[in-house]
Amino acid sequence: MPSPSTRIVNVRVLLFAGYAERLGLETVRVALPAIATVADALDHVRSLPGGERIPPKPLCAVNLTHAALDTPLSEGDEVALLPPLAGG
Amino acid sequence: MTFLSSAPLDLATLVARVEAPDRGAVTSFLGLVRDHHAGRRVTRLEYSAYAPMAEAECARIVSEAEVRWPVRVALEHRIGTLEIGDAAVAIAAGAAHRDEAFAACRFVIEEVKRRVPIWKKEFYADGTIEWVGAGRALVGDSPAGSSGS
Repeated sequence: MPSPSTRIVNVRVLLFAGYAERLGLETVRVALPAIATVADALDHVRSLPGGERIPPKPLCAVNLTHAALDTPLSEGDEVALLPPLAGG
Repeated sequence: MTFLSSAPLDLATLVARVEAPDRGAVTSFLGLVRDHHAGRRVTRLEYSAYAPMAEAECARIVSEAEVRWPVRVALEHRIGTLEIGDAAVAIAAGAAHRDEAFAACRFVIEEVKRRVPIWKKEFYADGTIEWVGAGRALVGDSPAGSSGS
């Protein structure tokens, strides 16, 4: 049982293109321990049904900017898991 | 400025945006939908985007080009269903001289392909459909690609 001092950050994880199709989801809301990173949010998504079809190190973004897997997350952050880009 | 467009791209409009009396050079790039990919006949494409980030990333790329060279850059990327021959991306770069205009235009298309969160679904003549990933993605799980750029 968490102590009253245990803090949680709530983030939204967005999935796109093939990743969204693999999970049948476009948005996943995740509650993580206060000291969490993009990798923790990714682990949660990869634990969902179909999540194993997302690669272990996908391209990621936080709040509309490319971000590494060790980027720390804050309350309300928008994380995005980006399949291989194909613009241009 | 809006960089994503669901309407057909018009290169002349982009060129006009970067013309000025002190700019003696305008270079441009058009990426067109090709009719083949890896030996298969493509009939059409669907481009989708993480729109807010795609807009932000395009703005950053244009800004980086305009800081690096004395140029003005215009950029648009099409979203939605595209037919063979349609322009998927259009770029114009205007500068006093051609070297900066060519360099900036090249920089912008390479960075768009590398950084902007846009995806394409290819529809093949045999009825199959696939998401396609660009070979130069920052990280990727299936390299390939089929627009003219």
